[in-house]
Amino acid sequence: MIPAAFDYVRAESADDAVVQLAEHGDDAKLLAGGMSLIPLMKLRLATPTVLVDLGRVHDLSYIRDAGDHIAIGALTRHRDVETDDLLARECGVIRAVAAQVGDNQVRHRGTIGGSVAHGDPASDLPAALLALDATFVVQRPGGQHEIAAADFFRGFLETALEPDELLTEIRVPKTGPNGFAFEKFNRRAQDFATVGVVAARTNGATHVALINMGSTPLRAGGVEAALAQGASPADAAAHAAEGTEPVSDLNATPEYREHLARVLVRRALEAI
Amino acid sequence: MKIGITVNGTAQEHEVEPRTLLVQYLREACGLTGTKVGCDTSSCGACTVLLDGESVKSCTMFAAQADGSAVTTIEGLADGDQWHPVQQAFHEHHGLQCGYCTAGMVMAAVSLLDEIPNPTEREVRIGIEGNLCRCTGYHNIVESVLAAAEQMQGGSR
Repeated sequence: MIPAAFDYVRAESADDAVVQLAEHGDDAKLLAGGMSLIPLMKLRLATPTVLVDLGRVHDLSYIRDAGDHIAIGALTRHRDVETDDLLARECGVIRAVAAQVGDNQVRHRGTIGGSVAHGDPASDLPAALLALDATFVVQRPGGQHEIAAADFFRGFLETALEPDELLTEIRVPKTGPNGFAFEKFNRRAQDFATVGVVAARTNGATHVALINMGSTPLRAGGVEAALAQGASPADAAAHAAEGTEPVSDLNATPEYREHLARVLVRRALEAI
Repeated sequence: MKIGITVNGTAQEHEVEPRTLLVQYLREACGLTGTKVGCDTSSCGACTVLLDGESVKSCTMFAAQADGSAVTTIEGLADGDQWHPVQQAFHEHHGLQCGYCTAGMVMAAVSLLDEIPNPTEREVRIGIEGNLCRCTGYHNIVESVLAAAEQMQGGSR
Protein backbone atom coordinates (compact mmCIF):
# COMPACT_ATOMS: atom_id res chain seq x y z
CA MET A 1 0.00 0.00 0.00
CA ILE A 2 1.44 3.30 -1.11
CA PRO A 3 0.23 6.63 0.28
CA ALA A 4 -1.04 9.40 -1.95
CA ALA A 5 1.70 11.75 -3.16
CA PHE A 6 2.70 14.62 -0.90
CA ASP A 7 5.38 17.27 -0.61
CA TYR A 8 7.94 16.56 2.08
CA VAL A 9 9.31 19.37 4.24
CA ARG A 10 11.81 18.88 7.03
CA ALA A 11 11.42 21.16 10.03
CA GLU A 12 14.72 22.31 11.51
CA SER A 13 13.24 23.46 14.82
CA ALA A 14 9.95 23.81 16.67
CA ASP A 15 9.70 27.43 15.47
CA ASP A 16 10.35 26.33 11.91
CA ALA A 17 7.65 23.65 12.18
CA VAL A 18 5.09 26.25 13.23
CA VAL A 19 6.14 28.51 10.36
CA GLN A 20 5.76 25.62 7.92
CA LEU A 21 2.31 24.79 9.29
CA ALA A 22 1.23 28.42 8.96
CA GLU A 23 2.47 28.48 5.38
CA HIS A 24 0.80 25.27 4.25
CA GLY A 25 -2.41 25.50 6.25
CA ASP A 26 -4.97 22.76 6.67
CA ASP A 27 -3.40 20.52 4.03
CA ALA A 28 -0.23 19.98 6.06
CA LYS A 29 0.30 17.33 8.71
CA LEU A 30 3.12 17.00 11.20
CA LEU A 31 5.10 13.75 11.05
CA ALA A 32 6.73 12.62 14.29
CA GLY A 33 7.45 8.88 14.58
CA GLY A 34 4.73 8.14 12.04
CA MET A 35 3.46 5.04 13.82
CA SER A 36 -0.15 6.23 13.60
CA LEU A 37 -0.07 8.65 10.67
CA ILE A 38 1.76 6.47 8.14
CA PRO A 39 -0.69 3.52 8.45
CA LEU A 40 -3.56 5.99 7.95
CA MET A 41 -1.81 7.44 4.90
CA LYS A 42 -1.19 3.98 3.46
CA LEU A 43 -4.91 3.23 3.77
CA ARG A 44 -5.52 6.70 2.29
CA LEU A 45 -7.70 7.58 5.23
CA ALA A 46 -5.31 10.52 5.59
CA THR A 47 -4.13 12.33 2.46
CA PRO A 48 -2.11 15.37 3.53
CA THR A 49 -0.55 17.23 0.62
CA VAL A 50 2.38 18.41 2.74
CA LEU A 51 4.19 16.45 5.45
CA VAL A 52 6.30 18.45 7.87
CA ASP A 53 8.81 15.96 9.28
CA LEU A 54 9.81 16.66 12.89
CA GLY A 55 12.48 13.96 12.87
CA ARG A 56 15.35 16.44 13.15
CA VAL A 57 13.84 18.56 15.91
CA HIS A 58 16.01 16.90 18.55
CA ASP A 59 15.51 19.61 21.16
CA LEU A 60 11.96 18.38 21.76
CA SER A 61 13.27 15.03 23.01
CA TYR A 62 13.92 15.25 26.76
CA ILE A 63 12.69 14.21 30.19
CA ARG A 64 13.43 16.80 32.89
CA ASP A 65 12.69 17.48 36.52
CA ALA A 66 10.91 20.85 36.44
CA GLY A 67 10.37 21.26 40.18
CA ASP A 68 6.70 20.52 40.82
CA HIS A 69 6.33 18.34 37.71
CA ILE A 70 8.23 16.27 35.18
CA ALA A 71 8.51 17.80 31.71
CA ILE A 72 8.59 15.40 28.76
CA GLY A 73 9.45 16.74 25.30
CA ALA A 74 6.77 15.88 22.75
CA LEU A 75 9.25 14.07 20.49
CA THR A 76 10.50 11.75 23.25
CA ARG A 77 10.19 8.20 21.97
CA HIS A 78 8.26 5.54 23.86
CA ARG A 79 11.53 3.60 24.26
CA ASP A 80 13.13 6.57 26.03
CA VAL A 81 10.10 7.00 28.30
CA GLU A 82 9.93 3.33 29.27
CA THR A 83 13.65 3.20 30.19
CA ASP A 84 13.98 6.56 31.95
CA ASP A 85 15.33 6.54 35.52
CA LEU A 86 13.81 9.89 36.49
CA LEU A 87 10.34 8.70 35.51
CA ALA A 88 10.92 5.44 37.39
CA ARG A 89 11.27 7.48 40.58
CA GLU A 90 8.86 10.31 39.93
CA CYS A 91 6.07 9.02 37.69
CA GLY A 92 6.27 5.25 37.37
CA VAL A 93 2.86 4.96 35.75
CA ILE A 94 3.83 6.75 32.56
CA ARG A 95 6.92 4.58 32.18
CA ALA A 96 4.93 1.38 32.69
CA VAL A 97 2.25 2.41 30.20
CA ALA A 98 4.80 3.46 27.56
CA ALA A 99 6.41 0.02 27.89
CA GLN A 100 3.22 -1.62 26.60
CA VAL A 101 2.64 0.54 23.56
CA GLY A 102 2.79 -1.59 20.40
CA ASP A 103 6.02 -3.56 20.22
CA ASN A 104 9.77 -2.85 20.30
CA GLN A 105 9.86 -1.65 16.72
CA VAL A 106 6.96 0.72 17.30
CA ARG A 107 8.47 2.03 20.54
CA HIS A 108 11.76 2.73 18.77
CA ARG A 109 9.96 5.18 16.49
CA GLY A 110 6.75 6.35 18.14
CA THR A 111 6.71 9.48 20.31
CA ILE A 112 4.60 10.50 23.30
CA GLY A 113 3.59 13.75 21.61
CA GLY A 114 2.59 11.94 18.45
CA SER A 115 0.38 9.62 20.45
CA VAL A 116 -1.27 12.53 22.27
CA ALA A 117 -1.76 14.65 19.14
CA HIS A 118 -3.23 11.69 17.25
CA GLY A 119 -5.88 11.41 19.96
CA ASP A 120 -6.80 7.77 19.41
CA PRO A 121 -9.20 6.54 22.13
CA ALA A 122 -7.64 3.08 21.80
CA SER A 123 -4.14 4.36 22.63
CA ASP A 124 -2.69 3.81 26.08
CA LEU A 125 -0.77 7.03 26.73
CA PRO A 126 -3.61 9.54 26.21
CA ALA A 127 -5.68 7.74 28.86
CA ALA A 128 -2.72 7.57 31.26
CA LEU A 129 -2.12 11.30 30.83
CA LEU A 130 -5.81 11.97 31.39
CA ALA A 131 -5.66 9.99 34.65
CA LEU A 132 -2.62 12.04 35.69
CA ASP A 133 -4.26 15.41 34.97
CA ALA A 134 -1.31 16.13 32.69
CA THR A 135 -0.80 19.49 31.03
CA PHE A 136 0.07 19.88 27.36
CA VAL A 137 2.19 22.80 26.15
CA VAL A 138 1.33 24.01 22.67
CA GLN A 139 3.28 26.34 20.42
CA ARG A 140 1.65 28.48 17.78
CA PRO A 141 2.66 31.51 15.75
CA GLY A 142 3.48 34.24 18.25
CA GLY A 143 3.46 32.29 21.47
CA GLN A 144 2.63 29.23 23.48
CA HIS A 145 -0.19 28.15 25.76
CA GLU A 146 -1.16 25.27 27.98
CA ILE A 147 -4.10 22.90 27.67
CA ALA A 148 -5.26 20.60 30.46
CA ALA A 149 -5.59 16.94 29.45
CA ALA A 150 -9.25 17.07 30.53
CA ASP A 151 -9.89 19.73 27.84
CA PHE A 152 -7.70 18.26 25.12
CA PHE A 153 -9.44 15.20 23.69
CA ARG A 154 -12.52 16.39 21.79
CA GLY A 155 -13.65 13.48 19.62
CA PHE A 156 -12.43 10.50 17.61
CA LEU A 157 -8.89 11.46 16.46
CA GLU A 158 -9.84 15.04 17.25
CA THR A 159 -8.03 17.23 19.79
CA ALA A 160 -7.95 20.84 20.89
CA LEU A 161 -4.90 21.43 18.67
CA GLU A 162 -5.49 23.95 15.89
CA PRO A 163 -4.04 23.22 12.42
CA ASP A 164 -1.21 25.74 12.99
CA GLU A 165 -0.28 24.45 16.46
CA LEU A 166 2.52 22.14 17.59
CA LEU A 167 2.44 20.13 20.81
CA THR A 168 5.86 20.70 22.38
CA GLU A 169 5.77 19.36 25.94
CA ILE A 170 3.82 17.05 28.24
CA ARG A 171 3.86 17.86 31.98
CA VAL A 172 3.07 15.10 34.44
CA PRO A 173 2.80 15.35 38.24
CA LYS A 174 5.29 13.67 40.55
CA THR A 175 3.20 10.69 41.62
CA GLY A 176 6.14 8.53 42.67
CA PRO A 177 7.36 5.12 41.54
CA ASN A 178 4.21 3.22 42.56
CA GLY A 179 0.58 3.99 43.30
CA PHE A 180 -0.82 2.95 39.95
CA ALA A 181 -2.24 -0.03 38.09
CA PHE A 182 -2.47 -0.62 34.36
CA GLU A 183 -4.77 -3.29 32.95
CA LYS A 184 -4.67 -3.85 29.21
CA PHE A 185 -6.84 -6.52 27.64
CA ASN A 186 -6.04 -7.58 24.10
CA ARG A 187 -5.94 -10.72 22.00
CA ARG A 188 -2.37 -10.43 20.76
CA ALA A 189 0.47 -8.91 22.75
CA GLN A 190 1.15 -6.09 20.26
CA ASP A 191 -2.47 -5.11 19.68
CA PHE A 192 -4.27 -2.01 20.80
CA ALA A 193 -6.28 -2.57 23.97
CA THR A 194 -9.74 -4.05 23.41
CA VAL A 195 -10.33 -2.22 26.67
CA GLY A 196 -7.73 -0.80 29.03
CA VAL A 197 -7.72 0.86 32.43
CA VAL A 198 -5.18 3.17 34.05
CA ALA A 199 -5.67 3.83 37.76
CA ALA A 200 -3.31 6.29 39.43
CA ARG A 201 -3.16 7.99 42.79
CA THR A 202 -2.90 11.64 41.79
CA ASN A 203 -3.07 14.69 44.05
CA GLY A 204 -4.46 12.63 46.94
CA ALA A 205 -7.25 10.91 45.00
CA THR A 206 -7.51 7.78 42.89
CA HIS A 207 -8.06 8.66 39.26
CA VAL A 208 -9.31 6.08 36.79
CA ALA A 209 -9.11 6.43 33.00
CA LEU A 210 -10.58 4.12 30.37
CA ILE A 211 -9.01 3.13 27.04
CA ASN A 212 -11.23 2.35 24.04
CA MET A 213 -14.55 2.93 25.79
CA GLY A 214 -15.76 5.83 23.62
CA SER A 215 -14.67 8.31 20.99
CA THR A 216 -12.03 9.78 23.33
CA PRO A 217 -10.06 8.51 26.30
CA LEU A 218 -12.41 8.83 29.26
CA ARG A 219 -12.27 9.33 33.01
CA ALA A 220 -14.47 6.87 34.90
CA GLY A 221 -16.32 9.55 36.84
CA GLY A 222 -18.74 7.18 38.53
CA VAL A 223 -15.91 5.01 39.79
CA GLU A 224 -13.95 7.99 41.10
CA ALA A 225 -17.00 9.40 42.88
CA ALA A 226 -17.74 6.04 44.52
CA LEU A 227 -14.13 5.73 45.66
CA ALA A 228 -14.22 9.23 47.12
CA GLN A 229 -17.20 8.13 49.20
CA GLY A 230 -15.29 5.11 50.49
CA ALA A 231 -16.66 2.38 48.22
CA SER A 232 -14.78 -0.91 47.97
CA PRO A 233 -12.95 -1.70 44.70
CA ALA A 234 -15.70 -4.13 43.68
CA ASP A 235 -18.51 -1.67 44.45
CA ALA A 236 -16.72 1.22 42.75
CA ALA A 237 -15.90 -0.90 39.69
CA ALA A 238 -19.60 -1.58 39.13
CA HIS A 239 -19.82 2.04 37.88
CA ALA A 240 -17.03 1.58 35.29
CA ALA A 241 -19.22 1.59 32.17
CA GLU A 242 -21.36 4.57 33.20
CA GLY A 243 -21.26 7.35 30.65
CA THR A 244 -19.25 5.33 28.14
CA GLU A 245 -20.11 4.69 24.50
CA PRO A 246 -17.91 1.80 23.39
CA VAL A 247 -17.85 0.82 19.74
CA SER A 248 -18.58 -2.55 18.19
CA ASP A 249 -15.80 -4.05 16.12
CA LEU A 250 -14.21 -7.39 15.27
CA ASN A 251 -12.79 -7.75 18.77
CA ALA A 252 -15.78 -6.95 20.95
CA THR A 253 -19.40 -5.86 21.15
CA PRO A 254 -20.27 -2.78 23.23
CA GLU A 255 -21.77 -5.04 25.92
CA TYR A 256 -18.58 -7.06 26.14
CA ARG A 257 -16.50 -3.90 26.38
CA GLU A 258 -18.71 -2.66 29.23
CA HIS A 259 -18.17 -5.98 31.00
CA LEU A 260 -14.42 -5.75 30.43
CA ALA A 261 -14.36 -2.20 31.81
CA ARG A 262 -16.01 -3.34 35.06
CA VAL A 263 -13.70 -6.33 35.44
CA LEU A 264 -10.51 -4.45 34.57
CA VAL A 265 -11.35 -1.50 36.81
CA ARG A 266 -11.94 -3.91 39.71
CA ARG A 267 -8.61 -5.61 39.04
CA ALA A 268 -6.84 -2.26 38.80
CA LEU A 269 -8.36 -0.99 42.03
CA GLU A 270 -7.47 -4.20 43.82
CA ALA A 271 -3.89 -4.00 42.55
CA ILE A 272 -3.17 -0.33 43.15
CA MET B 1 14.03 14.33 -3.59
CA LYS B 2 17.59 13.13 -3.12
CA ILE B 3 18.39 11.01 -0.08
CA GLY B 4 21.60 9.50 1.25
CA ILE B 5 21.45 6.38 3.39
CA THR B 6 24.31 4.14 4.49
CA VAL B 7 22.94 0.69 3.68
CA ASN B 8 24.88 -2.24 5.10
CA GLY B 9 27.97 -0.06 5.43
CA THR B 10 27.86 1.38 1.92
CA ALA B 11 26.86 4.99 1.31
CA GLN B 12 23.99 5.13 -1.19
CA GLU B 13 22.38 8.10 -2.89
CA HIS B 14 19.08 7.89 -4.70
CA GLU B 15 16.39 10.13 -6.09
CA VAL B 16 13.08 9.03 -4.53
CA GLU B 17 9.50 10.18 -4.27
CA PRO B 18 8.74 11.40 -0.73
CA ARG B 19 6.08 8.71 -0.38
CA THR B 20 8.59 5.90 -1.01
CA LEU B 21 8.50 3.53 1.94
CA LEU B 22 11.82 2.41 3.38
CA VAL B 23 11.07 -1.22 2.53
CA GLN B 24 10.29 -0.26 -1.07
CA TYR B 25 13.52 1.71 -1.23
CA LEU B 26 15.58 -1.20 0.09
CA ARG B 27 13.98 -3.79 -2.20
CA GLU B 28 13.55 -1.73 -5.36
CA ALA B 29 16.23 0.98 -5.33
CA CYS B 30 18.92 -1.03 -3.54
CA GLY B 31 17.91 -4.47 -4.84
CA LEU B 32 18.01 -5.95 -1.34
CA THR B 33 15.07 -8.34 -1.38
CA GLY B 34 15.96 -10.19 1.83
CA THR B 35 13.66 -7.78 3.68
CA LYS B 36 10.10 -9.02 3.17
CA VAL B 37 6.77 -7.27 3.00
CA GLY B 38 4.29 -9.31 5.00
CA CYS B 39 1.17 -7.58 6.30
CA ASP B 40 2.12 -4.09 5.06
CA THR B 41 0.33 -2.68 8.12
CA SER B 42 3.14 -2.68 10.73
CA SER B 43 1.71 -5.73 12.48
CA CYS B 44 3.83 -8.69 11.36
CA GLY B 45 7.43 -7.48 11.55
CA ALA B 46 8.62 -9.32 8.41
CA CYS B 47 10.04 -6.01 7.15
CA THR B 48 12.12 -5.35 10.29
CA VAL B 49 15.51 -3.73 9.66
CA LEU B 50 17.94 -1.87 11.90
CA LEU B 51 17.91 1.93 11.74
CA ASP B 52 21.04 3.23 13.46
CA GLY B 53 21.17 -0.12 15.27
CA GLU B 54 17.55 -0.27 16.44
CA SER B 55 14.77 -2.45 15.04
CA VAL B 56 12.12 -0.63 13.01
CA LYS B 57 9.35 -1.75 10.66
CA SER B 58 10.45 -0.56 7.25
CA CYS B 59 6.91 -0.72 5.81
CA THR B 60 5.86 2.04 8.20
CA MET B 61 8.59 4.55 7.56
CA PHE B 62 9.40 6.75 4.61
CA ALA B 63 12.84 6.39 3.06
CA ALA B 64 13.10 10.17 3.44
CA GLN B 65 12.99 9.76 7.23
CA ALA B 66 16.10 7.57 7.05
CA ASP B 67 18.05 10.20 5.08
CA GLY B 68 21.44 10.56 6.78
CA SER B 69 21.05 7.37 8.83
CA ALA B 70 22.54 3.90 8.68
CA VAL B 71 20.30 0.96 7.79
CA THR B 72 21.23 -2.69 8.25
CA THR B 73 19.27 -5.42 6.48
CA ILE B 74 19.58 -9.18 6.73
CA GLU B 75 22.10 -9.03 3.85
CA GLY B 76 24.40 -6.85 5.95
CA LEU B 77 24.48 -8.99 9.06
CA ALA B 78 27.13 -11.58 8.20
CA ASP B 79 30.83 -10.71 8.33
CA GLY B 80 31.98 -12.11 4.98
CA ASP B 81 31.49 -15.88 5.20
CA GLN B 82 31.01 -15.68 8.95
CA TRP B 83 27.34 -15.63 9.89
CA HIS B 84 26.15 -13.38 12.68
CA PRO B 85 25.64 -15.45 15.87
CA VAL B 86 21.87 -14.94 15.58
CA GLN B 87 21.88 -16.30 12.01
CA GLN B 88 24.05 -19.22 13.12
CA ALA B 89 21.71 -19.98 16.02
CA PHE B 90 18.59 -19.89 13.80
CA HIS B 91 20.37 -22.36 11.51
CA GLU B 92 21.46 -24.73 14.27
CA HIS B 93 18.21 -24.65 16.25
CA HIS B 94 15.96 -24.67 13.19
CA GLY B 95 14.41 -21.33 14.10
CA LEU B 96 12.25 -21.28 10.99
CA GLN B 97 9.65 -23.26 9.11
CA CYS B 98 8.57 -21.63 5.84
CA GLY B 99 11.17 -18.88 6.30
CA TYR B 100 9.08 -15.86 5.36
CA CYS B 101 9.27 -14.21 8.79
CA THR B 102 12.90 -15.20 9.34
CA ALA B 103 14.74 -12.11 8.11
CA GLY B 104 12.53 -9.90 10.28
CA MET B 105 12.80 -12.25 13.25
CA VAL B 106 16.60 -12.27 13.01
CA MET B 107 16.80 -8.47 12.80
CA ALA B 108 14.37 -8.06 15.72
CA ALA B 109 16.46 -10.54 17.72
CA VAL B 110 19.71 -8.69 16.98
CA SER B 111 18.16 -5.45 18.24
CA LEU B 112 16.69 -7.20 21.29
CA LEU B 113 20.04 -8.74 22.26
CA ASP B 114 21.69 -5.36 21.88
CA GLU B 115 19.25 -3.94 24.45
CA ILE B 116 19.01 -7.04 26.67
CA PRO B 117 22.20 -9.09 26.14
CA ASN B 118 21.21 -11.90 28.49
CA PRO B 119 17.42 -12.18 28.29
CA THR B 120 15.16 -14.68 30.02
CA GLU B 121 12.85 -16.79 27.88
CA ARG B 122 9.99 -14.48 28.85
CA GLU B 123 11.98 -11.41 27.83
CA VAL B 124 12.66 -13.02 24.44
CA ARG B 125 8.98 -13.82 23.95
CA ILE B 126 7.98 -10.26 24.84
CA GLY B 127 10.88 -8.84 22.85
CA ILE B 128 9.73 -10.45 19.60
CA GLU B 129 6.04 -9.68 20.10
CA GLY B 130 6.18 -7.42 17.05
CA ASN B 131 7.07 -10.34 14.78
CA LEU B 132 4.51 -12.88 13.71
CA CYS B 133 5.30 -16.41 12.49
CA ARG B 134 2.30 -17.74 10.62
CA CYS B 135 3.77 -21.26 10.90
CA THR B 136 3.60 -20.68 14.69
CA GLY B 137 7.19 -21.87 14.93
CA TYR B 138 7.90 -19.75 17.97
CA HIS B 139 9.37 -22.51 20.11
CA ASN B 140 12.51 -22.93 18.04
CA ILE B 141 12.73 -19.20 17.33
CA VAL B 142 12.88 -18.51 21.07
CA GLU B 143 15.42 -21.34 21.50
CA SER B 144 17.52 -19.79 18.74
CA VAL B 145 17.52 -16.33 20.30
CA LEU B 146 18.45 -17.74 23.71
CA ALA B 147 21.26 -19.78 22.14
CA ALA B 148 22.53 -16.73 20.28
CA ALA B 149 22.54 -14.74 23.52
CA GLU B 150 24.62 -17.42 25.20
CA GLN B 151 27.01 -17.55 22.27
CA MET B 152 27.39 -13.77 22.19
CA GLN B 153 28.02 -13.73 25.94
CA GLY B 154 30.97 -16.08 25.32
CA GLY B 155 29.28 -19.24 26.57
CA SER B 156 29.30 -22.58 24.84
CA ARG B 157 26.34 -24.49 23.52
